[in-house]
Amino acid sequence: MTPDLIYGLTGIAVFGIGLVGALCAQDRLRRVLALKLCSVGAGFLLVVGAWREPPATTDPVPHALVITGIVVMVSATAVALALIRRLQTLETTDEH
Amino acid sequence: MTDPLVIFDMLLALAIVALAAASLSVRDLFSMIVLFIIFGLLSALAWVRLSAPDVALAEAAIGTGVTGALLLKTLHHLRYVSGTLNQQTALGVTPVAPVPMGIILANAGFCGLITLGLVVAFLGAPATGPGFDALVVEAMPQSGVEQPVTGVLLNFRAYDTLMEVVVLLAAVVAVWQIERGLSEAPAPVMGEVWQGFARLALPAIVVVGTYLLWVGAEASGGAFQGGAVLAAVGLLLLLTRAYVPQPAHRGIARGAFVLGTAAFALVALLVASGGRVAFEYPLEHAKTLILLIEGVVTLSIAVTLAALFHGREPVALIEGGPNDT
Repeated sequence: MTPDLIYGLTGIAVFGIGLVGALCAQDRLRRVLALKLCSVGAGFLLVVGAWREPPATTDPVPHALVITGIVVMVSATAVALALIRRLQTLETTDEH
Repeated sequence: MTDPLVIFDMLLALAIVALAAASLSVRDLFSMIVLFIIFGLLSALAWVRLSAPDVALAEAAIGTGVTGALLLKTLHHLRYVSGTLNQQTALGVTPVAPVPMGIILANAGFCGLITLGLVVAFLGAPATGPGFDALVVEAMPQSGVEQPVTGVLLNFRAYDTLMEVVVLLAAVVAVWQIERGLSEAPAPVMGEVWQGFARLALPAIVVVGTYLLWVGAEASGGAFQGGAVLAAVGLLLLLTRAYVPQPAHRGIARGAFVLGTAAFALVALLVASGGRVAFEYPLEHAKTLILLIEGVVTLSIAVTLAALFHGREPVALIEGGPNDT
């Protein structure tokens, strides 16, 4: 049992949970969060792919890719949340 | 012989998967966000175990900290805007017809198949495929910095990083457009303790953020981690109302959003004008240029993330939305 095996399976499990959530969740906030879980799961797999047995150093290219992914994900999340806020405002003003 | 760290890894992995499942299945949206924040911090811990401290810092600061703050802010907005008409809207749950159980089961089944396929592919993949590590180690002396991840981000794959800054810029433009003319949710009432906390924490956060930026050349850290920590300063200032965005400050804010992208692109163009390929920094100036880009980009990231948290662009408080554009 090495860390890459354990955390690789963790990443896949988190990705799977996020996928189910994104397809089945009822409310919008939860669906956005489910997609964020998917991205963390994908990040796990890239970090695991970069890992080497301790004496050897890790591969920095996937690390840089994951950092880029995290920043892109926070941008996408911010836009999605702004859309949710706007939709909610439009819906509640329509009802009254 | 069982390595005690393997037991730690397994417990951590179980906790991460359980938290992911719990955050999606818990009914209350506030609990969902709190569970997600704990999940993000534990994932960062797992990435430290995989010797990826840079990624862990970015995940803790941006993926968990800033995302968590954004989610909580949206939840506050949803609860305020929808009022307390009934239990469902008070919980922030969008009232929709329930999805038939059969469809949920079918979806879950397909997701399970996809996950199973991924597991088979992961277990069948070669243990140590050829990576870029040897190439990076070989090229490191030409990068101007000692930290491989910073070298990759700002030298070898600088185009990616430039585009990443552009994505942040696009996000803040989109958010300002979407929320144009939206009524403001009243700021939550913060007590005296909060003010005192901000006064104590702000100087420390500024020092930590600047240190993360500076140390990025030699150790773990860098523009994105430092920028996110500095964005926390903006969040605290906004939450304590120590800084209230004024319409007159829009110009400065727009300048700060564009500054990072502009400086980054300008350096690339200047380097390219000297008969080189863009981002092929001359070796003697490489470290200066990288630190310059990182410093400017950090400032830009900090302001952009704080603006993403604040949401609407500041407008004059006159009924009927923006009066000048």
